[in-house]
Amino acid sequence: MPRIRFTANIQRHVPCPEREVRGETVREVLEDYFSQNQRARGYVLDDQGSLRTHMLIFLNGETIRDRVRLSDAVQGDATLDVMQALSGG
Amino acid sequence: MGHLLHIATRKGVFAVERAANGRGWSITGASFLGDNCSMVLRDPRDGVLYAALGHGHFGVKLHRSRDGGSNWEEITAPQYPPMPEGYEPKKHPFFGTPIAWKLELIWCLEPGGASQPGRLWCGTLPGGLFRSDDGGTTWELNRVLWDDPRREEWFGGGYPQPGIHSVCLHPKHPDHLSLGISCGGVWHTTDAGKTWKQHEGGMRAEYMPPEQAFEPNSQDPHRLVRCADHPEVMWVQHHNGIFRSTDGGMNWVESLNVKPANFGFAVAAHPHNPDVAWFVPGIKDEKRIPVDGKLVVTRTRDGGKTFDQLTNGLPQQHAYDLVFRHALDVDESGDILAFGSTTGSLFISENGGEKWECISNYLPPIHAVRFAASR
Repeated sequence: MPRIRFTANIQRHVPCPEREVRGETVREVLEDYFSQNQRARGYVLDDQGSLRTHMLIFLNGETIRDRVRLSDAVQGDATLDVMQALSGG
Repeated sequence: MGHLLHIATRKGVFAVERAANGRGWSITGASFLGDNCSMVLRDPRDGVLYAALGHGHFGVKLHRSRDGGSNWEEITAPQYPPMPEGYEPKKHPFFGTPIAWKLELIWCLEPGGASQPGRLWCGTLPGGLFRSDDGGTTWELNRVLWDDPRREEWFGGGYPQPGIHSVCLHPKHPDHLSLGISCGGVWHTTDAGKTWKQHEGGMRAEYMPPEQAFEPNSQDPHRLVRCADHPEVMWVQHHNGIFRSTDGGMNWVESLNVKPANFGFAVAAHPHNPDVAWFVPGIKDEKRIPVDGKLVVTRTRDGGKTFDQLTNGLPQQHAYDLVFRHALDVDESGDILAFGSTTGSLFISENGGEKWECISNYLPPIHAVRFAASR
């Protein structure tokens, strides 16, 4: 199963432990994670469900291409890292 | 007398209190240290404290405290609803970039009327007005205003996106609201947001072509306030001047020959005297520092015809403080004033601005200063 990890900086606002998740796209993987951690959603995604402007998601070390629909395909052994972009200060 | 202030800053929320033994004002509390707080509100109806945070990465958040700031809970921040299927966002009237449809900043928080427990109003960037009827637990976007085609003509003033920074309730008719919008002028509703009308005229925009200078929707009121005891009297510190209305904000008259400058962001209206208001000027829009490095509060006592320059206790050399739109407040008596600056200076006057005391020079950049009981 894919694994998802979160930046340490998000942890003081909302605990986001590393976890195995289900899904075949970045969207599905995130929704699976948020289904057990609703509050984390608003820290990663904006009102329209797109990745926040100053957030990044790395999929096996590469930044995802679709920040709006989050449609990048996720393989079963993938690792996702949800990080903050330095553009956000 | 207001004895408690809440300060929203770039790096936290602070409480400032006046000691009962007459030993003056001091900082007595701090919350969210290191976090950007755009607005703070202590609801005068129930004492609940609200703090709006803007995390650079993680978005806008809202927190609530029921014990004066000792303990906080995160509550749901206003959220823009899903964009309709197939909706094409309008383009910015000047730059052609899409107008945002998501929360970017909580710019103002105001309580509803005394007869409306739990009601809060929230003005935001990019221009949505939200209402809560349960003390901030849930929020709803005012769709009438958001869907008004004139709203899509608003443009940013100070930010790339337009925003609502002032929500002024009529003290006797709590469903009567007036909004200050940068840039979108002044808008009014008398039915809690079911219908809206713009101000009619009198404001002047130097930054527009002359033929469009009086267009209501192009005005940039930096701050809109109301005289509590004479609610038909409203004041605006505008991008290029000071304006006063005596008909509830429909028509405006500009103050001329304001010295040392007519540029600024903040205005505070005397709660009882409709002729008195205070401002903190800067040189002009492209020189946002005090004139000659002298920090000055201006006060009119004749409805904007003339202005006193109040300097006692304020630095008169090499002072480069700018006071943002929510960073000047007056208490319910009309005697105690406080303002905070971009350089982290906090000043308080207990005699209508005649003499000022510096409480701190070392706070973070100050966004908002509010007396606990002020409305």
